[in-house]
Amino acid sequence: MKSFKLDWLVLPLIGAGIVLLLWQISSATWAKELPSPLKTWETSKPYIVEPFAKRGEMDQGILRFTWYSLILVAKGYALALLIGTPLGFFLGLSKTFTKIFDPIIQVLRPVSPLAWLPLGLVLFMGAGKNASELGALFTIAICAMWPTVLNTAVGVRAIPQDYLNVAKVLKLSRTKTLFKVLIPAALPYMFTGFRLSLGIAWLVIVAAEMLTGRPGVGGFLWQEYNSLIYEHIILCIITIGVVGFVLDRLMSLAESKFKTA
Amino acid sequence: MAFLELKNVSKGFGANGSRAEVLRDINLQIEKGEFVAIVGFSGAGKTTLISLIAGLLKADSGNLTLNDLEITAPGPDRGIVFQNYSLLPWLSVFENIFLAVEAVNPNWSPQKKKEHVEKYIAIVNLTPARDKKPGELSGGMRQRVSVARALAMNPQILLLDEPLSALDALTRATLQDEISRIWSEDKKTVVMITNDPDEGILLADRIIPLSAGPGATLGHAIQIDIPRPRDRKAINHEPRFKEIRREIIEYLLNSKGEHHATLTKKLILPDIEPEDLSLPRHALGGRTKPIRRREVKEIEVSA
Repeated sequence: MKSFKLDWLVLPLIGAGIVLLLWQISSATWAKELPSPLKTWETSKPYIVEPFAKRGEMDQGILRFTWYSLILVAKGYALALLIGTPLGFFLGLSKTFTKIFDPIIQVLRPVSPLAWLPLGLVLFMGAGKNASELGALFTIAICAMWPTVLNTAVGVRAIPQDYLNVAKVLKLSRTKTLFKVLIPAALPYMFTGFRLSLGIAWLVIVAAEMLTGRPGVGGFLWQEYNSLIYEHIILCIITIGVVGFVLDRLMSLAESKFKTA
Repeated sequence: MAFLELKNVSKGFGANGSRAEVLRDINLQIEKGEFVAIVGFSGAGKTTLISLIAGLLKADSGNLTLNDLEITAPGPDRGIVFQNYSLLPWLSVFENIFLAVEAVNPNWSPQKKKEHVEKYIAIVNLTPARDKKPGELSGGMRQRVSVARALAMNPQILLLDEPLSALDALTRATLQDEISRIWSEDKKTVVMITNDPDEGILLADRIIPLSAGPGATLGHAIQIDIPRPRDRKAINHEPRFKEIRREIIEYLLNSKGEHHATLTKKLILPDIEPEDLSLPRHALGGRTKPIRRREVKEIEVSA
């Protein structure tokens, strides 16, 4: 198809229009409980036009909820990177380390966040009212770190022998080799891992909030399901999607900055 | 004792069963300030030889000494220019050289390090490109950076591993002249590996052929008694140049011939006995299955 002016705007809008139409038809025919697009907009309006309003613990503007979720994600994600990156380096540098820990990593990796969360809550039961936050952080960190771990390990293994030879000939110290050669060489891979990890962290936060009932997009979604306000479920889904998309875009921007020849 | 000395050095790769010997009984003596070229086929083990001198590889047997000290590990006393430049792509020209200068002279003042780096960038004529990343440079410019980095370490010996073979002919000629000029200025000991006899003869004091692998070894050295400075256009008509060149090429080609017979191929035949189509075939009651070669106990000879 020939591209025309504004095709970057018009074509995606056509896609969105088709989905809206299907939604409208579904709510009018076989899914009577599904609110129509128009009804969703009307019911959600106060949450969108006053995005930062705080009317109660579980009745706040959608961006305010998003902000709570983002803060929690940022903490959990930072934790995941802090643990995941060094772990990835050890895996990439040492064959013995890989042999010891790779099997256990492969077993833990596919475990769902929904399975980790109860364990997290149990672990931090002693923390009193912080238990739900610490449990959620634990879950985000342990679910989100795997792409960082594995990509960093691959990146370190893929460092060309030439670069390592340079470090050897120059007799660079261990720290210097790490910061001047290993990290810059592995950085493109690490960033791919970081981006995937952020995506997972954002997936996990919704599940964690739903189960713990913390204020946030996920917590709001679950509460509105229980109060039978289905319009807000859709509002939350759209918000989660848009935020996830924006985060991914920001990360790929950062990633392209660090891509080296 | 020579400045750089290799005595009965051998090196092979692979486990015991499938071990391939790359270098056998290498003996080499290089005096201080000498420029030696080692010329051989690609794949003969030239890079292995330079990696041994650099200390990046360990010899299986024999000794390597530089200045009477045994070579056991790589070090900045042996500056290497690799065939594929080996520049760190995330560092600029200046930073690549600075990294080396800093590693070798950690106690210098920042100002002195900087001046030292600038000096070597100027020697290879790259001052306008000092802040460029290797990815923005042509192959010839990258190799100049690599040369500057090796020189800036102020090594006792400079090892050039096919430094020019990845470049086009014109760039190659320019860089050859440049290497020649730099060498005549500070008379470093240089070992250059090359696959181009002309390049070796043009630049070196002594040229040594490396026979074709496996189990490559050094042939006898030829002193290049052509006076310097050598002009690349005039040298082509120099009878001594032609003579040395013919000698080297003859040695190399002969060394290759010796190994032709070592290749044996095992022919795998299909597991079926050929059938004699001239015999009448039995329409019924005849064979329906082909005779397998492994089933034939003895060949039946019909009289």
